[in-house]
Parts: sequence; structure tokens; C-alpha cells
Amino acid sequence: MNLTLKIWRQKDANDKGKMVDYKVTDISEHMSFLEMMDVLNEQLVASGDEPVAFDHDCREGICGMCSMYINGEAHGPDRGVTTCQLHMRMFKDGDTITIEPWRAKAFPVIKDLVVDRTSFERIQQAGGYISVNTSGNTQDANAIPISKVAADEAMDAATCIGCGACVASCKNSSAMLFVGAKVSQYALLPQGQVEAVERVQNMVAQMDLEGFGNCTNTGACEVECPKGISLENIARMNREFLRASLKG
Amino acid sequence: MSVLDSKIPAGPIKDKWTSYKDKINLVNPANKRNIDVIVVGTGLAGGSAAATLAELGYNVKAFAYQDSPRRAHSIAAQGGINAAKNYQGDGDSTYRLFYDTVKGGDYRSREANVYRLAEVSANIIDQCVAQGVPFARDYGGLLDNRSFGGVLVSRTFYAKGQTGQQLLLGAYSAMNRQIARGKIEMHNRHEMLDVVKIDGKARGIIARNLVTGEIERHSAHAVVIATGGYGNVYFLSTNAMGSNVTAAWKIHKKGAFFANPCYTQIHPTCIPRSGDYQSKLTLMSESLRNDGRIWVPKNMEDVMAIREGRKKPTDLSEDERDYYLERRYPAFGNLVPRDVASRAAKERCDAGYGVNATGEAVYLDFASAIERYGKEQAKIQGINNPSAAKVYELGQAIVEAKYGNLFQMYEKIVDENPYKTPMMIYPATHYTMGGVWVDYNLMTTVPGLYCIGEANFSDHGANRLGASALMQGLADGYFVLPYTIGDYLSDDIRTGKIPTDSPEFDQAEKEVKEKIDFFINNNGTKSVDHFHKRLGKVMWDKVGMARNEKGLKEAMAEIKAIREEFWKEVKVPGTANELNPELEKAGRVADFLELGELFAKDALTRNESCGGHFREESVELDGEQKGEAKRNDQDYAYVSAWEYKGEPADAVLHKEELEFNDIELKQRSYK
Repeated sequence: MNLTLKIWRQKDANDKGKMVDYKVTDISEHMSFLEMMDVLNEQLVASGDEPVAFDHDCREGICGMCSMYINGEAHGPDRGVTTCQLHMRMFKDGDTITIEPWRAKAFPVIKDLVVDRTSFERIQQAGGYISVNTSGNTQDANAIPISKVAADEAMDAATCIGCGACVASCKNSSAMLFVGAKVSQYALLPQGQVEAVERVQNMVAQMDLEGFGNCTNTGACEVECPKGISLENIARMNREFLRASLKG
Repeated sequence: MSVLDSKIPAGPIKDKWTSYKDKINLVNPANKRNIDVIVVGTGLAGGSAAATLAELGYNVKAFAYQDSPRRAHSIAAQGGINAAKNYQGDGDSTYRLFYDTVKGGDYRSREANVYRLAEVSANIIDQCVAQGVPFARDYGGLLDNRSFGGVLVSRTFYAKGQTGQQLLLGAYSAMNRQIARGKIEMHNRHEMLDVVKIDGKARGIIARNLVTGEIERHSAHAVVIATGGYGNVYFLSTNAMGSNVTAAWKIHKKGAFFANPCYTQIHPTCIPRSGDYQSKLTLMSESLRNDGRIWVPKNMEDVMAIREGRKKPTDLSEDERDYYLERRYPAFGNLVPRDVASRAAKERCDAGYGVNATGEAVYLDFASAIERYGKEQAKIQGINNPSAAKVYELGQAIVEAKYGNLFQMYEKIVDENPYKTPMMIYPATHYTMGGVWVDYNLMTTVPGLYCIGEANFSDHGANRLGASALMQGLADGYFVLPYTIGDYLSDDIRTGKIPTDSPEFDQAEKEVKEKIDFFINNNGTKSVDHFHKRLGKVMWDKVGMARNEKGLKEAMAEIKAIREEFWKEVKVPGTANELNPELEKAGRVADFLELGELFAKDALTRNESCGGHFREESVELDGEQKGEAKRNDQDYAYVSAWEYKGEPADAVLHKEELEFNDIELKQRSYK
């Protein structure tokens, strides 16, 4: 298939940036979206232009690097996939595809489609851990039984890949789904109870400090999340936060 | 006398690690504050090492080329992590895990290292649970296990099909705690481009800030390389796009020996290639072989009919199918080790029985498992005489609960529903057992320079068993290196901070900058990927699943020629002082082009078949094992450690003879 691509080009953080049109031809429907981008970049290198910079690494939907806003949707039109898992069979010959970076105050653009997500790092550093030493001198792994339901729910929350699609999809650029998922994972496990109060307070405070917006329950984040992280996690975080406020 | 000293402690194997720990030098907490350690790479090995060293009190500087440690490719490991917990009471023990790992590695690993790995494995699970890793549990609330290829017990712990992700997020959380305390200085989007040696010791690195292009000097009392494997030398592999050999290769060029480069694991269950544009291959967890049965059609007419779309795989009756692993290896069946399963798939496809258009695919079929689970569920739920549809529905639910995310991933890529029609799979490069040579302390041949995780060569011999990579990465980082490095650093308590204005740093930085300027100014005509793809094709065709003398000699010559052309013709757009992914790739491919030649040379030198290394000249000619790989313990029971001497073809071989005192050398039989 032949396609027209409208891509955000921005030289660096200080550049104003603009949309630029490109044409690609003979794209196979079996290609992944990023393989289509590889074809474009090979074309640009051959013609002496600078290729489009974009984040990507594992290309199997788990590292969370890739981050394209395609035709107005984080990770494009398919559901439950990252950009690298999106396949060209979702498009048809003659289509025009608009490709932008994540847009959020807390995710400034570094270049073209690459954004700076270190705000997520700082939120995790504020409390996204259990303070246990890594010496291995802990109790036996089976000493505390955990119900299968709790373990499975914790796993569902922990499956977040930290890509930032939730923020990019939210009209308020809220990071509540991301933070809610991490808070939930620990809230559901006995190991997380000891520091529960400080954890939710510190992570939420850091989230606010980074300039992420608030949640207005639109639910776009849940729809666009490539890993299907549920809105329940936001509700659970709110409960944890309320409980912490009462205790604290 | 070999220049290689493996420093294996004396004494019975089960006491070596304990008595070693009792006798090493320690650094007191006040002195640890004056010692800096650089950790390059933040996957399971690097991340766990950085966290633990920081927690012990050292000042850690960690480096990752991604924008976060959480994105290292350990995250993509699916199936699980082994540990000799024997929770299932099925006969597992430290010795048995040790034995299975040495046997699975085809008797080409170092006994003492493997025993230590098995010994600390159980602790890893305790540690991860304490960190909040949500491992799968049974209804009683205790940890669940699954079985993996090459073993007869269930010792694999898992978190759905995302075990690597959960373990890495555990290590990442431990790192975050130390970053918040200021004990780890984290450098994201940085790439190490050289190591700096002062008075023969590793004392720092030169790194490039990938966002600004700035070349930075970082000093430390010791340097740890944890940068993973070199599977991307094949261009197509299951590695991440950025996975590279650069850090390991740079230290090789500065004196670290490179061991067994030809030991590469070709994983049997990957999604087949679909076209020339393919950028990488996707693994389907080996755990699928627990329930999936592998087959191709028995008759060539059916193969043709399937390829032409006249028949569907589900049209074939049981006796029209060749379950070739069950046929050839009745004892282990579909659960033979990875190298055996991969070669068996190649054998059938080379014979013309491949089931897709490229002729490089076999079926992995879940129909029997769905039926078996369905009947079991019907019984549990008290449904008498369930209909076939009901059995299917119940069975599908169980398979979905076990492998749902893998099935979904397959469907997204291939656009076929694997619950209804068998998956198509084919082997792909996945893991490299070879790597930087290290002694028992995980130190390379350069003092103060350590190498851990997949980047080193130590524990898996010529073939790695499933669910052992995660175990080794975390064992090295959490439990081994933190002890061994202390013994070395105890001599450095009076050294003081290492200055970065020495001539050694000047020289290393100058060389790095010259190379970058060369790429930017070369004005060639061909892209980096052009050369990488050509290298990959030579590697796959001639240094792939089956190798012979003629092909290997050709490969060495061809790789050299591609390398020479690369330096003349490579084209790198953009500038040095900005985010420039093409420049990053150019540096990495330049190193792959050297490694590839050494790889072929190593394969040529080792004229035996062992594990992932299969020489066509070395097969059993008769008896029950006819046609199977033939190992040669008489001549090749050694580790090949290569010393850099300029051109890869001139590398000098040093041999570390392997001694087997606790395990009898036997031919691997999975029949």
C-alpha cells in the first residue's frame, strides 16, 4: 500500500517544531508500524535527509519505549497493543497517517517523536518500592501465603509498562492510571502494607509536583492503555490516599 | 601453564562458596563511602548489582542507553525463573539443579560456578517475594511452579508470561530506593564507548550522553559490565533493537578475553519471519512446550496443499501428522532442550516439510491440551457427558489463563487465532552463552573490571536451559558480585577519588571522539542497516544452526570484506552533538563486524558439536544416537578464551581446561 505520513519534526527541545509530509510506497500489510517507519528512515538516509527520531527497543510490546500518537490515539487505532505491535493491516492503501509525540507538560519533547519521561522515574523514586534489603536474608518465600485473587490482581496492576500512553490520552495529562497501578500492586500484597501510608502520599505529591493534571474520570487512559490497566486502580489509589490522610 | 586463572576455591563443591565467603576481605562501612563503582547496563544483572552495591554503602554510578533502567531487555523474558526450592516435593535439590544445568550446557561450563548458582537460586525467590514481585500462586496461597525444557522436575517460578518484567521491576524498585537516597547516580540515555585503564586496572569509562552528544568521563575504583548478549550480530534476533556488544567488545580490545563466542542459543519457539523488511523476531515462551505439541505433516502432498491454501492444518488427522520430537525423543518429547528442539525443526524444514510460504515454520498445536484440560474441568465441575463444544470451551479457558498474553501477542502479529488453528513457529537467535571471560569472582582478565549476567560466559556452557537466564542475572547481581568485588576493593580503601584529568582519560576520550567524527564526516553511500543486514545474513547462513569448515572459512572472509566496505561506505546523517540514532547504530555495527569474524573463527576452531554449536563434521554415525550431535571431550573440554591482537583473525586462543569432579561426563540423551 502507498501512504502519506504527516510527522512532527522538532530538532531539539528549544525548536518550535512542525508537521512535515512524507510519502511511503509498497508497504506490506504484514509490517509492523515501526517497520514502516524503518522504511521511511532508510528512504530519508538515502536521500540525504535526517531520519525521524523515535523511541523503540524491544519491539514486542513490553519495554514501554515506543510512544507514538497516531491519528489522534496513543499507540494508534488497534486496542491492547503498543506502537511496535501495531500492524499495517490496520490501515489501507491511500491513507494519510498523522504521527505525533506524546503531548504533556510533564513529557517535554527531546527531538521529533522522542519525549522525556523522567517525571515517571521521579514518581517511582518517591516511593515505588518496598524498603527491603537485597541481601537475600529474608524469610522463606512461602512463609506468607497470599490469596490467588490478590496475587493475580497485583499482577494485573504490575503489568504496566510505564509507556505514558495514559498521560498522552488524557485531556488533563493526568498520570493517575500509572501511579494508581504501582500503588495498587503494593496495596494488594501483604509486603506493601508496612509503608502504605508514606508510599501513596509521597508518590501523589511527586506526581503533582511534576505538573501532571488531575483525573476527571473520563476513562480515556483505560481505553488506550496497551496493557489494559483498569480504572479500578485509580479508585484504589484514591482509597489508599484517603486512608493515609486520615492516618497521617 | 595457562595465563588464565579461574581462582576456583579449594574444597568439596558444596562448601566452596561458603568457605570462600568466610575468608574474603571485607570493606568496613565507613570506607565503602569512599569507594565508587560504575555499573554499565541495568537489566537484571546490572540493576540488581547496582542496588545491592549501593545498599552496602558504595557510591554507584549506573548507565543505561534507554530512558529508564526498567526498559532493559531482561524485561522481555517471559517464561520464568528456576530455583531449587523443591516446593513441589518432586525430587528437586541444589545438586539436581546443578546437575541439570551442567548437563543441559553439554558439559562445557565450570562446575564451581554452576554449583554456586544453584546454591543461591532459592534465595532469589525469597528476595523477590519480599520486594513485592507478584509470582503466580495456587489456590492455597503458596507459590506455583511450572516445568521447562530439559529437566524432569517443576522448579520454574513465574508471573504469567511476564516473569522477566516483574523481576526487572523488582530490581528497578530496589534501584529507585537507592537513587532516592543518593547512593545510585543514574545516567539514563548514556552509552559507554570505552573503558579507561590506569596502571593496568579499570578505573573509569568514557560515555556519550545520547541526548546532547556530550562525551563524558566517569571514574571509579571498579567497573562492572552488565550489558547483555550479542545476539544482534545476526541482525534478526529476539533481542531488543538496541541490544549490542559494544561495551563487551570495547573491554575485549582493552585486554579482557572473550570466551566461547560461538555458543549461541537458537530458540525453538519464535514467530517465523514474514518478509525482508523484518526488523526483529518475536519469541513465544518455551513454557508453551509444556502444553503444545510440535508437528509437521507426514506427507509431502499435505505440505504443498497447506502452503497453497488448499488444506488447513486442522484438516489433517492424527496419523497424517509427524510429531517429530515425540517420535525421536520419547523420554522428553516436546520438552527436549532448546538446541535439540531447534535442530529438529531445521531438519524437518530442510527436508522440505516447512508449513509456510518461506518453508521455515512448524506447528505448535494446543488442541490436545485444550481437550485434556476441558475434560478435567468438566469432571471438577461435575458435568457428565459434556459436549465437545463444552469441553473445548472449558479447556480454552484454562489455556487462556496460562498463556493468554502469549496467544494475544501471536494473534496481533500473525493475524491468526491460535486457539482455533495451530501456531507456526521457527527457531531464532535468542541468547548468547559465550561472552567475556571471567574467573570465579566474575572478574575479567583486567583487574577491577567485572562482567556479569548474559555478558559473561560463565554458567551455561554450550547451551542454556530455559528459565536459567533470569536466575543467573539475579544471582550474579544480588548475591555473588557484592561479595567478590568487596574482596578486590578492600585494597582500595586508601586510594581516594580517581581523577579524570589523567593522560589515560585524555587518550581514551580522544579515540572515542575521533571515531564519532569519522562517522559523521565519512559521507558514504550506504546506511548502517545495509551493512548490518548483510552481516546478519552471512552469520545466519554460515554460522547459524549448523556449521561446517568450508562455510566458516567463507564467513570469516566475507565478514572481513563487509567490514572493510563498511568503513569506506557507511553513511551517518546528522551531527555528533544531538540525539542521533544512526550514529549510535554505526558504532554498534562496527563492533558487531569485528565480533562476527571472531565468532566464526571460534566456531571453526571447535571441531566438535556441543550444545548450541553444531558442526556437521561431528555427528554420531551409528547406534541409537545416529545423526545426533557428537561431542569430543578428549580434545575440546575447554573454554576458548580469545585475546585481542588487532584483526579478529589474529586473536590468540587461550584454553581453560574444564575439570569435572562432581559430574560424570556423559553423552546427553533425551531419548
